[in-house]
Amino acid sequence: MSRQHKQIHLAAHFPGVNNTTVWTDPRSRSQIDFDSFEHLARTAERGLFDFFFLAEGLRLREHNGRIHDLDVVGRPESITVLNALAAVTERLGLAATVNATFNEPYELARRLASLDHLSGGRAAWNVVTSSDAFTGENFRRGGFLDRADRYTRAAEFVATARELWDSWPPDATPRPFAHTGRHFTIDGEFGVERSPQGHPVVIQAGDSDEGREFAASAADIIFTRHGSLEAGRAFYADVKRRLARYGRAPEELKIMPGVTLVLGDTAADAQEKAAEIRLQQVSPQTALLTLEQIWGVDLSGYDPDGPLPDIDPDPDSQLTQGRVRHGDPLAVAAKWRALSEEKGLSIRQTVIEASGRQSFIGTPEAVAAQLAEFVAADAADGFILVPHLTPGGLDDFVERVVPLLQERGVFRTAYTGTTLRDHLGLPYPGERG
Amino acid sequence: MAVPTGTLHLAAAIDGDGQYQAPYYVELARLAEEGTLDFITLDDTFGPPGPGRGRLDALAVLARVAPATGRIGLVPTVTTTHTEPFHVSSAVATLDWVSRGRAGWRVEVSATEEEARLVGRRPAAPAGELWAEAGEVADVVARLWDSWEDDAEIRDTATGRFVDRDKLHYVDFEGARFSVRGPAIVPRPPQGHPVVAVAATDPVTWQTAARHADVVYLRATSPEEAGRIRDELKRRAVAHGREPGTLTVLASIAVDLADGEGAAGNAPPVTLTETPGGPPLYRGGPVELAELITGWHTADAVDGFHITPVAPRHDLERFVNGTVALLQHRGLFRTFYPGATLRDHLGLSRPAGRYALEREAAR
Repeated sequence: MSRQHKQIHLAAHFPGVNNTTVWTDPRSRSQIDFDSFEHLARTAERGLFDFFFLAEGLRLREHNGRIHDLDVVGRPESITVLNALAAVTERLGLAATVNATFNEPYELARRLASLDHLSGGRAAWNVVTSSDAFTGENFRRGGFLDRADRYTRAAEFVATARELWDSWPPDATPRPFAHTGRHFTIDGEFGVERSPQGHPVVIQAGDSDEGREFAASAADIIFTRHGSLEAGRAFYADVKRRLARYGRAPEELKIMPGVTLVLGDTAADAQEKAAEIRLQQVSPQTALLTLEQIWGVDLSGYDPDGPLPDIDPDPDSQLTQGRVRHGDPLAVAAKWRALSEEKGLSIRQTVIEASGRQSFIGTPEAVAAQLAEFVAADAADGFILVPHLTPGGLDDFVERVVPLLQERGVFRTAYTGTTLRDHLGLPYPGERG
Repeated sequence: MAVPTGTLHLAAAIDGDGQYQAPYYVELARLAEEGTLDFITLDDTFGPPGPGRGRLDALAVLARVAPATGRIGLVPTVTTTHTEPFHVSSAVATLDWVSRGRAGWRVEVSATEEEARLVGRRPAAPAGELWAEAGEVADVVARLWDSWEDDAEIRDTATGRFVDRDKLHYVDFEGARFSVRGPAIVPRPPQGHPVVAVAATDPVTWQTAARHADVVYLRATSPEEAGRIRDELKRRAVAHGREPGTLTVLASIAVDLADGEGAAGNAPPVTLTETPGGPPLYRGGPVELAELITGWHTADAVDGFHITPVAPRHDLERFVNGTVALLQHRGLFRTFYPGATLRDHLGLSRPAGRYALEREAAR
């Protein structure tokens, strides 16, 4: 089989705090015991994945003034779990989501460099930001940053971390660093020797214009929700085009949407399983709650199997806290109403239809073909797979789909390098002059 | 006639200057575990590398060591001055999860202007102020560990509820320098509270140590001096409403076993040498060190020792195979781990969560 095909990059997301995790399934195990992390990480490494991806939580979600209790709650701290996983894996990249708003560059650069050393060059950092005072209530500084400042702080944070990593050249003593900027004024010497990757890999999730620009300027991987073939191709072309502005080649930024999978022995079997999973993910209570998160008002009197409310959302509502709101609630509500009317859907059916992300559903052969098609068509460079079961949710994929991708010549049959940069084909950063 | 004494506790530092490779730390941790020591420590500083080759984040290293070991306690230094208390709480609780109940943390402050400039958020402050703040951090961290009751996760399919929100608690902590709302993100760790250690080597730390620590190390060159400091720490602990037996007091000594094959009987008398800025130094053979440990312990001066091997590989190996083996042979030290958690090794019970107790009391 030809090696000319564009190669697929695969990553595994540990199912965390959201309603995609079907905790009611009898196969669902602990979301906190180390065994669970070890199982999924070993599965991903057996499948020759590029990396393993952990999300972050800094405040328990609240709804209507009370802690949200329907979904999985509680998770360990990412970087610490990944250091432990470095002991039970050898090649798998280890990606931690860490907020740039409630951390400081020196401390985080030090922790990431330590992970890179202890894993032999497998560390990655998914940069996220937060603006809300709600999350800030757990931190010294509070939450005062507005949306625009979040991105300028994040950009300066990443740039500063890189200055720190570069201040210790390979095989040399550290140079003093001095950074003076809008958000940080720091100086001294960095306390950790240069790590195997030089810079841990930087991941950024972003669909907005600012997010895309930030990723094009500063990220190695962009984690996106644009899953469908058409939306994916448009996003891909737009983001790759932006790279030239920063003197970067298109292959220096990998585009990886988060996607779900359902495998079946037949197409019909897979569709049936997928529908069943969606019903488990969106219980009647979850359907109403999802609607309240958009409308921002108490909808507890509505029937989840009835029609959508005809009242308008409250765009300034504080009903839901700690969850990212996507887009303008009035526009989302209008879109959902149109969808409901067009297809005659109940509240629960509408939520199921509208809130799903890209899902590959079918036999292993069909799923392998679709994944390959998406990458060949430049809708993605690879995928971050989001299983719905903890921790066995990727067992079937690794056993049944990975060999088919390998037969097609679109996925590696062995790791050819040792670091995450090697797996991703990313350049090693040179030291600054 | 010897005074009856409690269980002997032994711990060892596995610090390595400029060591960046995980296998180095794993090897030392396994060696200490072969000696059934209570725990290993790894020192850390927030700050610049100084004249050496810098160092890795200590909690990161011991998280890496956790799956490669089975029983030994893991106690990294975690500083409190330039960090977020919420993050400290999460990281130490997570170390407890990944080690299945073997985590501790040594509370330390960052007092220098050099360290303050690395963050640029606040100027350097006097040690007394920083240790008072460190006490507040220890306090809020423990509250966060308690903020999930042990049985908060219910997975009740009948009602569709994953957690019982009545068993998750806001801590609403207001300190002099920070406030934290809570609850924690990390569920209550396996030990309830991972073990809190303070190097009580300077009186400025004593109040925080007496109030919050489970384990303290002190510096003394004689059993009499050690006993006096221990009595003072226990007196202060009692003043804070604590049972004196819940404070484990260890003597810190640096250990150089390079010389002397331990020909008991011919050796010169065992003494400790004061060293500026560090623990007193023992230099001699492993057998005489066992004598010294036995002597201090029998005099009921301390509950045990925290040793810092001068040359980690060499001295820890001799300590385990020489000193510890002899103490075991004499029946003064355990030969196997009777429990699984660090609290088990230290003979400390698993604390009940304060919010669960309050809830019960309010019934």
